[in-house]
Amino acid sequence: MRKIIKRVGALLASAVMLVGSSLAVCASDNGSYSFNYDYWGDVQDSPDAYTVQEVYTAADLGLEKNFSNPQGMFAYDNLLYVCDTGNNRIVVLEKIENAGFRVKQIIDEFRGDVEIKTFSNPSDIAISEAGELFIADRGNGRILKLDADLNYLMQFDKPVDNTLDPTITFTPNKIAIDTAGRVYCIASGINKGLIKYENDGVFSGFVGATKVTYDFADYIWKRLATEEQRAQMESFVPTEYDNIYMDHEGFIYAVNGNASDDDLDSGAADAVRKLNLMGNDILVRNGEWFIIGDLYWGNAGGYEGPSRFCDITVFENDVYVALDRVRGRLFAYDDQGRMLFGFGGNGNMDGYFRYPAALEHMGQDLLVLDSQDCAITLFTPTEFGRLVYQAIDQFDDGNYAASGETWQKVMDINGNYDLAYIGIGRSLLRQERYREAMEYFELKYDDENYSKAYKQYRKEWVEEHIIVIFIVVFAVLIVPLAIGKAKKIKHEIDTADIFRM
Amino acid sequence: MIASLKKKETFAHYLATLKFALYCITHPLDGFWDLTHERRGSLAAANTILFLTLLVRVMKLRYTSFIFMNVYWEGINIFLYIASVLFPLLLWVVGNWALTTLFDGKGRLGQVYMATCYALTPYPLMQFPLMIFSNFVTVDEMEFYTVLSVLSLVWTIALIFAAMMQIHEYSLGKNVLFTIASLFAMLVIVFILLLFFSMITQGVSYFISLGREILFRL
Repeated sequence: MRKIIKRVGALLASAVMLVGSSLAVCASDNGSYSFNYDYWGDVQDSPDAYTVQEVYTAADLGLEKNFSNPQGMFAYDNLLYVCDTGNNRIVVLEKIENAGFRVKQIIDEFRGDVEIKTFSNPSDIAISEAGELFIADRGNGRILKLDADLNYLMQFDKPVDNTLDPTITFTPNKIAIDTAGRVYCIASGINKGLIKYENDGVFSGFVGATKVTYDFADYIWKRLATEEQRAQMESFVPTEYDNIYMDHEGFIYAVNGNASDDDLDSGAADAVRKLNLMGNDILVRNGEWFIIGDLYWGNAGGYEGPSRFCDITVFENDVYVALDRVRGRLFAYDDQGRMLFGFGGNGNMDGYFRYPAALEHMGQDLLVLDSQDCAITLFTPTEFGRLVYQAIDQFDDGNYAASGETWQKVMDINGNYDLAYIGIGRSLLRQERYREAMEYFELKYDDENYSKAYKQYRKEWVEEHIIVIFIVVFAVLIVPLAIGKAKKIKHEIDTADIFRM
Repeated sequence: MIASLKKKETFAHYLATLKFALYCITHPLDGFWDLTHERRGSLAAANTILFLTLLVRVMKLRYTSFIFMNVYWEGINIFLYIASVLFPLLLWVVGNWALTTLFDGKGRLGQVYMATCYALTPYPLMQFPLMIFSNFVTVDEMEFYTVLSVLSLVWTIALIFAAMMQIHEYSLGKNVLFTIASLFAMLVIVFILLLFFSMITQGVSYFISLGREILFRL
């Protein structure tokens, strides 16, 4: 509500009469590789937070057969599992310190008591703590569970549920597993949410279906339409998720790349959700803007519409990065939902993509799998990116003074970085330097924190100046009284009988 | 004119009429009747009030706490911002006079203008202290500011309504009718203005292209 008031205030102030004011700045097509949105939603060029360390193709890795339409990745310790979907195999890469990636193993079959011992279009993989492999074997309509030595343990089949269309073929696309061995799966054509299996393979329900959005006009039209027209219309059903990621705390981050333009623009649909065990969305959205990637969707160069997230990865400090397949951009947000940076693009250069499909992280490094280029791009954080992470970590750890200093370093590199100002302000606030904190908050329009600082500052000020305040109040109340009294006495004296001669 | 300003009585009259604004806003029915019928208002005072209104409105941009007013300075055009008050005011005055003069309204154009400006008094009177006050509150205490701010606007609108009723010598029902009609007249004026400008543009561009064509053929 407050945000709406603020927006309205801003609009009143700036745009009342100004049709076509410069608020509608276009995305940074001619800008730098990395960018950010400031308080007003204007694009601010930014120093790079990540740079390309290396781009790995099959040839670079020494594979005989090139990747074919790879779809999924999973990072586990220093191992990277890549689903080479078109070749029905899983390539395991090992990261060697200072020497990049090397092929460790190629998995194209497994042992065990099951009919089909090969994969068909495996599209995603997940590894449990114990080293068991969970593979979404899409072509065979099953999720496989193998042990670390590739022995078949069990499989998860099409859920048995009355509400599910029996004619539909089960094609598990993306999976995630939790520490208890439960499996969450996204399957094509099933839009009731994530399919959840218990660790014994029993289907236990759907969780976290996306919000169904429709507006009143749609509803009226539906009521007026005939049966056939209605069949032609879009139905009010939840959309499928595109990808999921299990974070270190056991929350599932799910991205939805199918919401309509209007819903994303108005905030009715969520491109990113954080689901708890109940399937409720608990993502914090305290940023100035919706978590939808690009804010402006100029349709130039053959790309149009909003960002369509196809994968997401979450760091240990709750910073998450989402991958947009439309414009090949990566967007990083902090735990409060404020954008840290965006970078990337479509193209053939290093650091640009043709059709990115999957995103993973190893430590602070990011790995992007491009399904058309058949290449894996390894990004490492720059000085700037590292400092941002460091400042966030320090603040979370309670090292407020250190965090403030780190944010100052961030600001030295990028003076247009709103979060640096607010970060310094928050650190000053914790150090009880309220007056200075207020200045930083005011510069970047953080009214909540400003008010916190101001409240303390006001309290301090009143406590310090209580005597002066008391004297002033006393003077204002008593002096006129005294003057009135004096005048009255003077009047009485003047008119007194004894002086009248 | 300047000479007459130097006269002490003129100045005293100006001050008295300006001070009368304070009576008007607290006793609207009585005050606005006397404003024109007893000649207790002056155009000079009306202009002053309008100027103060504009001044406070512009000052608010800079001096209101950012908690209440976030200004996107790149998008501010001070002349357009001032026009956002003046233009509707002009439309209202003209629209209202044009209608009421046909329906037994006793107020003249100047009087409609004067009364409307007098009715604006609560705006600078309340918004200026509020502007200073805003710098001493936090978001939690936002409601005080919002309520008072809205109150000043409601007061102003109520005063304009009362002012029109008194200077035109209308009954309540008739006044409601003509207030709505005036708002409608404002829309009509805007429509005609747009039409006019687009016609002019079309006309001019016609002759320009005609001229070009002739130059090509020569």
